[in-house]
Amino acid sequence: MSVMIDVTNAQKTFTMHLQSGIELPVVRGVNFQVDAGECVVLSGPSGAGKSSILKMIFANYRCGGGRVDIRHQGTLIDIATAEPRQILNVRRSTIGYVSQFLRAVPRVATIDVVAEPLIANGVTRAEANDRAGRALHRLNIAERFWQLPPATFSGGEQQRVNIARGFISDLPILLLDEPTASLDAANRAVVVGLIAETKRKGTAIVAIVHDDEVRRQIADRIIDVTGFTAAA
Amino acid sequence: MANQNLRENDEPLLIADDLSKSFGKIIACQDVSFKLYPGEILAIVGESGSGKSTLLQILSGQQSSGQGRVSYRMRDGVTRDLSTLGEAERRFLFRTDWGYVRQDPAQGLRMAVSAGANVGERLMAVGWNHYGRIRAAASSWLERVEIDVARIDDTPRTYSGGMRQRLQIARNLVTQPRLVFMDEPTGGLDVSVQARLLDVLRNLVRELHLAVVIVTHDLAVARLLSDRLLVMKGGQVIETGLTDQVLDDPAEHYTQLLVSSILSP
Repeated sequence: MSVMIDVTNAQKTFTMHLQSGIELPVVRGVNFQVDAGECVVLSGPSGAGKSSILKMIFANYRCGGGRVDIRHQGTLIDIATAEPRQILNVRRSTIGYVSQFLRAVPRVATIDVVAEPLIANGVTRAEANDRAGRALHRLNIAERFWQLPPATFSGGEQQRVNIARGFISDLPILLLDEPTASLDAANRAVVVGLIAETKRKGTAIVAIVHDDEVRRQIADRIIDVTGFTAAA
Repeated sequence: MANQNLRENDEPLLIADDLSKSFGKIIACQDVSFKLYPGEILAIVGESGSGKSTLLQILSGQQSSGQGRVSYRMRDGVTRDLSTLGEAERRFLFRTDWGYVRQDPAQGLRMAVSAGANVGERLMAVGWNHYGRIRAAASSWLERVEIDVARIDDTPRTYSGGMRQRLQIARNLVTQPRLVFMDEPTGGLDVSVQARLLDVLRNLVRELHLAVVIVTHDLAVARLLSDRLLVMKGGQVIETGLTDQVLDDPAEHYTQLLVSSILSP
């Protein structure tokens, strides 16, 4: 199995300059690997640093030390030290990230929000819209909503739009931050199904899930992050 | 061809090398260096007086820098030091390969001539002379920036602020520039009007694969449009990085202050 994510001794500390420079250690000594086709679930109580680790893998947070190697188009790139334009390339063609909350852009229609990652990868508008429609349909977002911006949707609907967007590109790595948190049982089952399919295609997944049932269904391996939690 | 495209995108379009400029004792910018690649959108943020607009003027050759160098890769692939360009070459750049969107559209438009002429003028400057074609191009650009084509013969004096700003964008983009400078393009507009302008800009910039240097004090605008950020304070670049990284994980004291000062509704 090829290693898709290789985290070595990564650490993160926030320095809060506005609070007289308090150092807020989050995680340290983070070490784990994720193979293609494997789903790793990060577990631990709130505040243990699960989301921070995901954000470090996506380079949304900087690393205070260590490496986060990502297999991108056949070679390993340390995303912790990569140039911004390299990171953007990695995000475009290697790492997808489903955040906890959808960041909706005013005026942009739901179907376009979902199709955007495909367009960015050069897929034609027609095919992108077609695939976006199928993804929305599967996640039970009715067609009459597709032309509306998701800003007015309920939390659960926004999350499903976010999931549709995250899963649409078939990228080799997928990071999921509580993808089922505000979903009903039927939609949770859809997401579990999507994760299983995505794994079969060889995608490496790192997820944060609080629901024990969902975790049991998707996890190949559980990593307890309390081992990485930095003592405050 | 694919390889050529790859190489084309792999070399910087604009290079700022160690730019410094002061007005007497006031430092406008100091030791600013960065590279901008084709299709990349760089936002320069910071409070009023931090040197953002001066930097933009230096980058676009409208002001000389006291020190340092700005280089630009011309359409023939040769990267040239802007200060060595002749006046004619510089004008040509401004008319074709570059756009410059000003905060006040009245400064970027000719207010007494029709909207169609405002857009068509840039085409005539690069040698278009077929009236019908110029008018067709102008109409199509008005549509792209969501201006009713029925208003093509009206002067921008009769336009609202948001329409004027969208017209200024059409005027700048009609010659298919590779690089556009924008100085607070949403500055004087109502929030609802801003959203529309940003949406139009965001789509055009991606569709046309434009490189953009945008100066703004509005972090939401920077988040929406840009790939990368330069945070300026007192003429110096104090923090740089991916836009979402700088905004979600700001490292410097001043950047943390900026980010924490955003009012969210």
